[in-house]
Amino acid sequence: MKYKSQKVALAYFYTALALFAIQVSGGLLAGWIYVSPNFLSELLPFNIIRMIHTNALIVWLLLGFFGAAYFLVPEEAERELFSVKLAYLQLIILVVGTLGAVVSYLAGIHEGREFLEQPLWVKFGILVAAVIFLVNISLTALAGRKTAITNVLLLGLWLLSLLWIFAFINPENLSLDKMYWWFVVHLWVEATWELVMAAILAFLLLKLTGVDREVVEKWLYVIVATALISGILGTGHHFYWIGTPGYWQWIGSIFSTLEVVPFFLMMSFAFVMVWKGRRNHPNKAALLWSLGSSTVAFFGAGVWGFLHTLHGVNFYSHGTQITAAHGHLAFFGAYVALNLAVFTYAVPILRNRDPYNQVMNMGSFWLMTGGMAFMTFVLTFAGTIQTHMQRVLGENYMDVQDSLSLFYLMRFGAGLAVVIGALLFIYSIAVVHRRELIKPGVANPVPGE
Amino acid sequence: MAEILTKARARNVFYGGSIFFVAVFAALTVHSHKYITNRSTSALPLTDEVVLGKRVWERNACINCHTLHGEGAYFAPEVGNVMTRWGVVDDPEAAFETLKGWMEAQPSGIQGRRQMPQFNLTDDEIRGLSEFLRWADETDTQGWPPNDAG
Repeated sequence: MKYKSQKVALAYFYTALALFAIQVSGGLLAGWIYVSPNFLSELLPFNIIRMIHTNALIVWLLLGFFGAAYFLVPEEAERELFSVKLAYLQLIILVVGTLGAVVSYLAGIHEGREFLEQPLWVKFGILVAAVIFLVNISLTALAGRKTAITNVLLLGLWLLSLLWIFAFINPENLSLDKMYWWFVVHLWVEATWELVMAAILAFLLLKLTGVDREVVEKWLYVIVATALISGILGTGHHFYWIGTPGYWQWIGSIFSTLEVVPFFLMMSFAFVMVWKGRRNHPNKAALLWSLGSSTVAFFGAGVWGFLHTLHGVNFYSHGTQITAAHGHLAFFGAYVALNLAVFTYAVPILRNRDPYNQVMNMGSFWLMTGGMAFMTFVLTFAGTIQTHMQRVLGENYMDVQDSLSLFYLMRFGAGLAVVIGALLFIYSIAVVHRRELIKPGVANPVPGE
Repeated sequence: MAEILTKARARNVFYGGSIFFVAVFAALTVHSHKYITNRSTSALPLTDEVVLGKRVWERNACINCHTLHGEGAYFAPEVGNVMTRWGVVDDPEAAFETLKGWMEAQPSGIQGRRQMPQFNLTDDEIRGLSEFLRWADETDTQGWPPNDAG
């Protein structure tokens, strides 16, 4: 840790990990209700559990981004944070808001737009926290060295905070509501969050591979250029069937096909940097998560997104388990795995230790990634059958669902693996063991025969 | 990457391209906004009942089980065309009665069947909800869903 104020990131990462545990537990519970539908149905209905599952995810990913910014901006700007106190104040506001939201969901108090169910006071809390964050991080960056990484990161964080304004706009006309709702949802995960992701990935690769900054930053600008050029009009793939004009079918199909490009570039970027890099960085687990994140994001967001994005396909697959399959793998690859890469890299540094528990951490990577991949496959099969039976043959929704029960059972098993992996990850970060599970091999400064 | 693509050029493409597409997107948004209010949702008036129904829909987080125009959770049936499916889309009174009968019968308590909670709605709220769902059903959604199964 080069700058004392970076330490604030640790509190963000721990809070994020606690919410991560809540998020995956909620997911497991929801997965079990698919298998055994009467479970908890009177006490804690499915809709409430799902709200906790999705909201906890969004908040912990944001906490991870904020923490990552507090960790990397001082290092990039080569100076201490503008204010450590403001950073802690921001965290307190977010924690109070999050706990408040969870309690009020359990009491049945919430708003009703998907993912934006937070009560109004929590939405304002998020806004205030975002403003504090932007002030704090911008003043830090402006006063110090300016790099492409901080430029892109800050631009992404500014834009995503501005888009939060649309969380407060809820027109009475349902179709207008839906159109502006996507200004938050799509323009977050398929535009501004990609900027944040690319910037953080660039920082990690810079540190882990030792490749020249000029090379890394050129890649970064190319990636984010393709992300916004494709992603902004790519919003059109959500405007096919909600009352918006027909021309979105063509705009959405074309530009959202191009949305594969930034994810392919991020994956290529990660592997090329590792290939070119001469540094033998001791934190192998962080490297695994960085490579894994960009790879799984390419498959989850890129390939699985493209799978159902053309309007002729989407006409049949829209709102089936295909969407669920894509959503799960895309979020895991792009944003969950990237955050876990940051935690894996930064937490040992913030605790003034050499990387620790790397074997356990890498084990958790394969358990979680394997689980998510399996979940994605079974949901894709379920969605394909659903699409055919319901959308082509016109069979009744619940009859079709009953015929998918085997897939839902397998999905629960996959989810269980993910939860175990997540708990293993949290343990490997939280508890420091003196020795690795397996003794590392000897360092090999000269390439082998 | 080739020499012709310098970091500065990549940065300029990023800023220039983004600003251009934001402008295009903004223009299309204005057009789509007008299209929605004047054309695609103009079949039925946006009455107080419809607005109340939307609030009822939101207050009970229906979207976290059902889909509406294909968006939402995938745990329960699509409701964007439920009034068509029930054959009551053109009959407000029948729509209200059918929905009331359905809502009051929940939860079914049948073992092994997904359960819908009892929301204890008033008659006014149920009427609002049925009007909201009829209104949504009459929205021009480019022919989606492919059939009445939703």
